[in-house]
Amino acid sequence: MANLTNKIALVTGGSRGIGAGIAKRLAADGASVAITYTRGADAAAQVVKEIEQAGGKAIAIQADAVDAKAVTAAVEKTVATFGKLDVLVNNAGTAIPKLFEETTPDDIDTMIGINVRGVFIATQAALKHLQDGGRIINIGSCVGERMMTPGLVVYAATKGAVKMFTQGLAREVGPRGITVNNIQPGPIDTDLNPAAGDWATPQIAATALGRYGHVDDIAAMVAFVAGPEASYITGANLTVDGGTNA
Amino acid sequence: MSSLAGKTALVTGASRGIGRATALALAQKGAQVLVHYSSAAAEAEAVVNEIRALGGRAQAISADLSAADAPHKLAARVVEIVGGRLDILVANAGISKAAPIEETSVEDFDRLFAVNVRAPFFLVQQLLPILGEGSSVVLLSSLAAHAAVGTLYAYAMTKGAIDTMVKHFAAALGPRGIRVNAVAPGVVETDMSNFAKTDAGRDFALGIQALKRIAQPDDIAGTIAFLASDEARWVTGDTIHVDGGSKL
Repeated sequence: MANLTNKIALVTGGSRGIGAGIAKRLAADGASVAITYTRGADAAAQVVKEIEQAGGKAIAIQADAVDAKAVTAAVEKTVATFGKLDVLVNNAGTAIPKLFEETTPDDIDTMIGINVRGVFIATQAALKHLQDGGRIINIGSCVGERMMTPGLVVYAATKGAVKMFTQGLAREVGPRGITVNNIQPGPIDTDLNPAAGDWATPQIAATALGRYGHVDDIAAMVAFVAGPEASYITGANLTVDGGTNA
Repeated sequence: MSSLAGKTALVTGASRGIGRATALALAQKGAQVLVHYSSAAAEAEAVVNEIRALGGRAQAISADLSAADAPHKLAARVVEIVGGRLDILVANAGISKAAPIEETSVEDFDRLFAVNVRAPFFLVQQLLPILGEGSSVVLLSSLAAHAAVGTLYAYAMTKGAIDTMVKHFAAALGPRGIRVNAVAPGVVETDMSNFAKTDAGRDFALGIQALKRIAQPDDIAGTIAFLASDEARWVTGDTIHVDGGSKL
């Protein structure tokens, strides 16, 4: 089932965690994939290598999500390499878990810069190239809609911004046949939020299924939304959280 | 990737519209499908024949889901046919009636809630003995549950109840490994939505919508089939809007 044959996808923050999982899955479904990374050149190269070994096509591009010029250049390089762009996955994001009153202005700028401004910049650059059938897929969070724990105030606010950005942009680019959706992961076992970490116990307790999710669970939803069967879904917030927000 | 080979499925209201498209989509991915219908026996048999022609397994079963004991009888029939295990329940059967507030009768109100709310609730209840780890329940919500569209007051309230059921059943059944989700279509071109076939209806539907086309049943069935599959193993308690971006 090569759902994405001849499609070109760009996944921001694709060197590790959920982004790497998304990149590999889209490639497995037939897409040629570009990933961006900030510092993890080796990890990014490893993702590219795995995709190529599986018979796919991929490139890695260094572009910090807060650097508008670099992000725009990454979009242009993707198009220059593969000839077009069909799917943008705005996955790059960061969380600085702290109580709100301990959160510094620098922390706030970092989270807003990557999670919100970075998404705006990448999307503007991508919209120059997306055609009818194009997909913009944002990776928000289940805390963009509902709050289970303290310490994620600013992060949740940035993901709430992504949610409304999704709905607003969907309305604007719908007539061009471009869909915009927001996938909202719950706790997923990654380096940033390990299922064995101190934070894990309350997060597992909040799920209905009683466990952490896997990056493949998010990648499967991204692949579905990127594919032809989801062509009528736009402006939607698709929560993949094991029932955390139920 | 999303194979349903070896899985058993019940789709209620599967003789036409979204239910029919769903039954076909599940069967194409390899599931054995029980095609429930209320009164359209010939149409249900046509769906069964279409599935068999593709090499799939299917069987039609009838039940008038407005009757209080119908979910119980239907569940008993399902157990007889599939044995000890149901992997997929798509509680799609529903009725709709547009009427101004002043003209909504008690009888219509009760019938809407009987078919759209009571039947799915008790169908899940009665099928629980054969639902288990990895089973997926998909219910049908509606754009009307989340936004004012048309004069669908009582109908819209039944779909609001479905969204509530999704949250609570997902939490209650999660520990058993059973997932519960809903799909909320917008305006879809089906027999239920004659509105969508009028010029005024089309203009209204496209006016509130980001994408400029009216949905076909297949647009909804694809999402239901995804939710039914193991690809969605981490998705539960969610209502997915498949409405072309309506009333964003």
